[in-house]
Amino acid sequence: MVPLSYYLALSGFLFACGVAGFLIKRNIITIFMSIELMLNGVNLSFVAFAAQWNALSGHVFVFFVMVVAAAEAAVGLAIIIAVYRTRETLNVDQVDLLKL
Amino acid sequence: MTPNSLHLWLIPVLPLIGAAINGFLGRRSSRQAVSTIALFFSGAAFAMALWVVSQFSSLQLPYLETLATWFRAGSFQVDFAFYLDQLSLVMLLVVTGVGFLIHVYSVGYMWEEGGFYRFFAYLNLFMFFMLTLILASNYLMMFIGWEGVGLASYLLIGFFFTRDSAAAAGKKAFIVNRIGDFGFLIALFLLIKHFGSLNFVDVFRSVQPLNPETAGAGLLTAIALLMMVGAAGKSAQIPLYVWLPDAMEGPTPVSALIHAATMVTAGVYMVSRSHMIFERAPMALTVVAIIGTLTALFAATIGITQTDIKKVLAYSTISQLGYMFMACGVAAFSAAIFHLMTHAFFKGLLFLAAGSVIHAVGGEQDMGHMGGLRTKIPWTFWTMTAGTVAIAGIPPLAGFFSKDEILWRAYQASWIYWALGLFTAFLTSFYMFRLWFLTFFGEYRGAAEEKHGHGHDTHGGHGHGGVHESPKIMLVPLVILAVLSVIGGWVGVPGSLGGNNRFDKFLGPVFRSTAPVLNAEHVAPGETTPPEQQTEGPEPRTSGTTELLFTGISVTAALLGFALAWFLYLKNPQLPDRIAASLNGLYTAVVHKYYVDEIYSALFVKPLLAVSAQVFWKGIDQNVIDATVDNSADAAREVSDTVRHMQSGNIRSYAGWVAVGAAAVIVYMIWIGTTIR
Amino acid sequence: MISLHLILFAAFGLVCVAGAINLLVQRHPINSALSLVVVMGSLAVEYLLLGAEFVAAVQVIVYAGAIMVLFVFVIMLLNAGEEERTKGSTVAMVLGIPGMLVGGVLMAWVLLAHSNTRSVAAGALPGDPQTIGWKLFHEFLLPFEVTSILILIAIMGAVVLASHPDAVQKTSRPQSRKREG
Repeated sequence: MVPLSYYLALSGFLFACGVAGFLIKRNIITIFMSIELMLNGVNLSFVAFAAQWNALSGHVFVFFVMVVAAAEAAVGLAIIIAVYRTRETLNVDQVDLLKL
Repeated sequence: MTPNSLHLWLIPVLPLIGAAINGFLGRRSSRQAVSTIALFFSGAAFAMALWVVSQFSSLQLPYLETLATWFRAGSFQVDFAFYLDQLSLVMLLVVTGVGFLIHVYSVGYMWEEGGFYRFFAYLNLFMFFMLTLILASNYLMMFIGWEGVGLASYLLIGFFFTRDSAAAAGKKAFIVNRIGDFGFLIALFLLIKHFGSLNFVDVFRSVQPLNPETAGAGLLTAIALLMMVGAAGKSAQIPLYVWLPDAMEGPTPVSALIHAATMVTAGVYMVSRSHMIFERAPMALTVVAIIGTLTALFAATIGITQTDIKKVLAYSTISQLGYMFMACGVAAFSAAIFHLMTHAFFKGLLFLAAGSVIHAVGGEQDMGHMGGLRTKIPWTFWTMTAGTVAIAGIPPLAGFFSKDEILWRAYQASWIYWALGLFTAFLTSFYMFRLWFLTFFGEYRGAAEEKHGHGHDTHGGHGHGGVHESPKIMLVPLVILAVLSVIGGWVGVPGSLGGNNRFDKFLGPVFRSTAPVLNAEHVAPGETTPPEQQTEGPEPRTSGTTELLFTGISVTAALLGFALAWFLYLKNPQLPDRIAASLNGLYTAVVHKYYVDEIYSALFVKPLLAVSAQVFWKGIDQNVIDATVDNSADAAREVSDTVRHMQSGNIRSYAGWVAVGAAAVIVYMIWIGTTIR
Repeated sequence: MISLHLILFAAFGLVCVAGAINLLVQRHPINSALSLVVVMGSLAVEYLLLGAEFVAAVQVIVYAGAIMVLFVFVIMLLNAGEEERTKGSTVAMVLGIPGMLVGGVLMAWVLLAHSNTRSVAAGALPGDPQTIGWKLFHEFLLPFEVTSILILIAIMGAVVLASHPDAVQKTSRPQSRKREG
């Protein structure tokens, strides 16, 4: 019997790693992957709570998260490709046209 | 309004309409159209005044006409209302009559000038305000007229505004007037506070039962003195007379109308109208008399050294106004008004004739460059002679009767007034005949004969060759005024000379029986005075011969002035310069008007300018107000400059901020979750 | 008490953690992508331990099987190389990582302070496809339909954004020629 808090700790750690990668990494694709990591951590948290409270809606929600993550990944990668075409670089520091 | 309403409001409004028409439409109109409009409306006002005269005997006096309520504040109410009694009627006739004549004259005088329509618009506007002042039935309406004539004066003095000196003179007139107006305003406030109303009827009814205040302090004395401050500003008495000589920068008809006949007499009118207050404040009356006498003497001494023909007349005006205030100061109000009327005639005439002279010599105003003009411009010469003789006080012309009346009444109050007044009369005669001799006699010393001179540009030369007489349109008013100067005094021939003093009797109801008991030996109130003695302080019957004696003395003084002028300016023309040289210091001081302007400048003007520049402009306006605005703009810029660094375009810093925000939200949610339990 | 449940949890949990840390540490994106696949796989096991069989299957099929493949394709397409050591964002360094650490520490503290939650049994809540399907089509019908539209939009967006600029012109030129002719 594993206490719920262990699952949540794991979930939190995954989320934290996702944030860290999001902040540290310079490659756009790696940053995107860190976002996916965050989403995974959150999914685990949902399923854990669903198990605790015996509510299947947690699973359904995870399902929806995955759907949205898929859509987001598709569009995001398309954008990355478009940016790469114009900027010729995947280094996020060099995509700074929004500077004032 | 009663069914038989006189429609008094039309009298001021007619010139206002003329001013509006000329002001708005005059620019594109022909001179004929402009002058027709101006003459029509001022003539209409005069015609209405005459009609009022015809209706006068059937009126119940004082006649009040209320047009509308202006405003109400609690129990205090001010109406647009008009007031007619004998005093207003006299002033009305003088203002509309002389005003109309000067309008006619101006058509000729200003024909060649630019801004023709503007001149007549301002002139009509002035008439409107002056008539409002005279016909007002409460002090606030009078104040509107008071301020308005000040405005019109400013506009007209600075008529040739492209000249710096004219613009400065206009400013000076307005500002000095304002100082007087401040005193007047405070008097109005005191009236409101203590009597709850500014209507003449109400105020005078409240004041009547009060006793004369003993020496010095008291409400009525304060009010009277403050009113005198206002009158001193408007009527150019010490210490606020300095604007009048400078006002000669304006065109000569303006000097005639505003600064001789009408506007400057507004102070005298106001004091006479408020006679009930003044009679109950003996200290104020004394102050008025002293100011009047000193001003008369002071201005006359300056007048004898001036070389500009208009400046001489300006100082003469100040001096004659001093006589009027002297009369008011000894409670001889009808004498003051009598002199006001005759002064309007002969001073208006003198100014207009001087304008004719200036016009004739092509713009020159310095008497040193005139001379021998009597053969060249005869009509001007004879009319000006009439004016000069009138002002000198030589019988039987108008000035003699009015001035004599004043001197006689002054003597009854104190011999000092009489002595100073007599000496001033001598000086008046002297400097007026000096002007007369310098201008019309001797050799012609000017330049207009040789070339088309254009000396002073007050009235620019216009290249008619040589010295020439003025056109008829300018001469007719001169002649009319000359006739009035001759016969105008005959309404006031005193009893001692066999006359009836109809003028005094006419104004009697205004000034009599409302006065308190001044001297024990005179008639006590409540007793009706016999019809032949209806003056405000009845003349003692025993002084018929004394009066004749004093009359003789004043005529002698006038003739002495004439003789001295003849001696110095016709017989021995080199003598004046030698006398001036020997009295060098004194002469220089007098020629420079006792340096009064310089003293005022050092005492008041320069410190005020310094305070304005240093404290208000640099200190407050620049460093506080501008700084606030500028610094708030700067602050906005600084803040945005700092905040802008957030928009670095660096995606990772955006990511960093998002993470910070997310962490904050998470912390907050955890805190909420743990504390709500 | 040590049960198989706990051992399995710990083992695959460790794999998750290792994968996550490896994702951060690796410099080449392909290594990070493969680490992420490892994380997803072990997460699928964790889901199974919690009884969410449908979710575990979907995780493997969709997440690890489709999305991560997409990532790998893009990395290959763009020929992403190793990251250079460039200067990053100061804010991220100074505020982000400490912020995240603080968040993590706080969460850990809260969790440990309130760890009187009961334990979860293995396979506690069976999430079989049938039940989930029922829920999807009854309680969550609207979100279901909306997400299908969302996917449609994402497809269109991805196609447009990623297509070659010339390709767009090529498709529009014949039409313009038709109009001119």
